[in-house]
Amino acid sequence: MQPLVISHTTIANSLGLGSAATLASLHTRRSGLVPCAFEDVDLETYIAKVDGLDDHRVRADLSAFDCRNNRLAQLCLEQDGFVDAITAAKDHYADDRIGVFLGSSTSAILQAELAYRRLDPQTGVLPPDFHYAETLNTYSLAGFVSRYLGLHGPSFVVSSACSSSAKVFANAARMMAAGVCDAAVVGGVDSLCLSTLYGFNSLGLMSRFPCRPYDAERDGISIGEGAGFVLLERATAANTPGAMLLLGVGESSDAYHMSTPHPEGLGARLAMQRALASAGLQACDINYINLHGTATKSNDASEGRAVADVFGASVPCSSTKGWTGHLLGAAGVTEAIISMLAVEHGFVPGSLNTQRVDPAMTIDYRIENSAGSISRVLSNSFGFGGSNCSLVLGRQA
Amino acid sequence: MMRLYVEGVGLLGPGLDGWTAGRAVLSGAAVYSAAPTNLRASELLPAAERRRAGVPIKLALAVGQEAILQAGRDKQTVATVFTSSGGDNDNVHAINSILVTAPREVSPTRFHNSVHNAAAGYWCIAAGTHEPSTSLCAHDASFAAGLLESAAQVTVDDAVVALIAYDHPHPEPMHKARPITAVLGMGLILAARKNERSLAMLEVDFVSGTTPETVMQDVALEALRAGVPAARGLPLLAALASGQSAQLCIAYFAGHHLNIRVTPC
Repeated sequence: MQPLVISHTTIANSLGLGSAATLASLHTRRSGLVPCAFEDVDLETYIAKVDGLDDHRVRADLSAFDCRNNRLAQLCLEQDGFVDAITAAKDHYADDRIGVFLGSSTSAILQAELAYRRLDPQTGVLPPDFHYAETLNTYSLAGFVSRYLGLHGPSFVVSSACSSSAKVFANAARMMAAGVCDAAVVGGVDSLCLSTLYGFNSLGLMSRFPCRPYDAERDGISIGEGAGFVLLERATAANTPGAMLLLGVGESSDAYHMSTPHPEGLGARLAMQRALASAGLQACDINYINLHGTATKSNDASEGRAVADVFGASVPCSSTKGWTGHLLGAAGVTEAIISMLAVEHGFVPGSLNTQRVDPAMTIDYRIENSAGSISRVLSNSFGFGGSNCSLVLGRQA
Repeated sequence: MMRLYVEGVGLLGPGLDGWTAGRAVLSGAAVYSAAPTNLRASELLPAAERRRAGVPIKLALAVGQEAILQAGRDKQTVATVFTSSGGDNDNVHAINSILVTAPREVSPTRFHNSVHNAAAGYWCIAAGTHEPSTSLCAHDASFAAGLLESAAQVTVDDAVVALIAYDHPHPEPMHKARPITAVLGMGLILAARKNERSLAMLEVDFVSGTTPETVMQDVALEALRAGVPAARGLPLLAALASGQSAQLCIAYFAGHHLNIRVTPC
C-alpha cells in the first residue's frame, strides 16, 4: 500500500488522559488495573477504568448522544491538541473530504443495560430519555465524533470485536486510495459495561488477578475501557520526511471458532504476513511487536506460535495489556499509538504482571522495558469470530 | 468513481424467497405478495454451529451462499463485507434481560454470538475462508456503507467481495425505540473485471448534497425498503432484475448519497 502519514494522535484510558500520561505510565510501569468497582458488578476481577466519566457530559448541543462511550470519546478528542489538528485539516481539505472510520465492539450497550432496569412498570416501555440511534446503535460513536468534529465525509463503524479499531486503518487507506476522501479520522472507543464483564466471565476467560500476558500461569483477561484517534493523511514530499507512517495492514479470518483462536495461529500468521507484504517489508525490518497478548491460555499460545513462525525469536515482543487491560474494540488503536510512542521515544515496552514467560513460547518476549532505536513496529489485534488484523507503523526505511 | 461488476445476487425477505423468485417480483413480472421470511438453517454449518445460529446468521449464510453459487466462485477465495444496523437483536435483548435479574448468568454462546461480527464469524467457519472479512454499521445507511466499502475493496485491493446485508426486528421493548419491520437479507458478489457470469456493471460515487433517493414503485415493496435498513439496497436489486440501465441514488448521512449507475452486461 501507499504509506499514509499519521499526522496527529490522541489517547485516553485508565493510565490517564493524553499521550503523555500513557507514556509516563509505560516508563514508570504503573498499571491502570484496579479491583473491579463498577456499577453493581459482583465479579472478582480487575478492571481498567477511566476516572471522571460519571461526571462528564457530552457537549450540550449533542446531549442526545450522552452516554459513557461518547463521553469517553469526547474526553479523548479533547486531548493532545486533536481538535486543533482537525480544525487545521478542515481548512486544508473540505470537511466532506475527511472520512470518519471508527471501531467499537459494544458501543453504548451500557445505556440499554441501565434502561432495561427502568422499563415502565405498566407498559414495559423503555424510559423516554433512552435515545436508540444516538447511543445504542453501533454507529453511535461515528455519528457523535463526526458531529463533534464537524466532519461530513463518509463514516461508519467497524464492529469486529477486538480487531475493530485496527481494521479501520485498512478501511481509511482504501477509501483514500479510491478517492472517496482525502484524509480520515480513525480510531475506536469501548467503555465498561455489564455485557462484556459477565459475558467474558461466562466463557471462563476473565482472570481474578491483574492479567499476566504470556506468563506460564496466565489465566485470563482484565477488561478495560479506553479511546484513541488518529488523523491519517496522504504522504507528500512535504509531510513525509520524519513523519510517523502507516506502512502496511494485513487482515485475515481464522475460520475456526467463534471465541477460540486457531490453535496453530493460522489466521494470526496470515494477518502478519499480509501486513508485511502490504508494507513491502521483511520480518527482519520490524524492530518491535506489540502483541495482542490478552493473557488467555489460548490467545497467547496461538499468537506466540504464529509470531515464532513469521519472526522466529529475533524481534522483541510484548503485550501492554498489563498496563491498559483489554480495551476490546479500542485495543487496536490504543496499541497502535503505544507502538508509535515506542518509535518516537526509542524504547521497547515490556510486560506488566508477567512473572515468568511461558517456557513453551519461542519468541523474544520482554518483561522489562528497554531503551533502543525502533524504526518500525507491528501491532496485532485479534477478535471473536476469528477476525485478525496486523498493522505496520513507523518511519520510512 | 468506482467501477465494479455484479456476478451474483442473493435475496431472502418477506415474500422474496430467493433471487429467482425475488427477481420476478422486483422486475414487475410477478406480483409482490408479502409472506413471512422463509428462514432456514444452513447446511454449510457444522451441526454444533447450526444449533447456535440465530436469525442474522441464517439470513447471512442463505443470501451469501445463493449469491456465490450464482457467481460460480469458490467460497474460500471471496472476501466478505457484512453490514447491519442492529446485528443480533434477539441476543442483545436476551442479554439485557438477563442482566436485570440475579444471578446474571449470561450463556457463553449468547455472549459470543452477541458480537456484531457473529454472522461473519459463522460465515468464515462455514466457507472455510481465511480471506479478510469486515462487519460494518451505519444505522439507516448501513447498506450504503457496505456497498461503499465493498466497492473500495474491489477497486483498490482487486478483491472479489461478497457484500452481505441483513437486518431483523428488535423484540420489545426495543422495537418501539427502533422499529425494523421485517427479516431481510441480501447478498452481492462484486468483482473488478467483467466475466461470463457478470450481470451488470456498477459505477459508484459518494456524493455530497441532497438528492431524492430512488424508491420502489410498488407500495408494499417501498414500505419494505423504508422499514428495514438492509432493504435500502432493494432499488439496486430491482435495477439488476429489470436488466435495464438505471441511475440510482441511495442515501448516506447528512445529505450525502451514493450515486449508482447500473449498466447490464
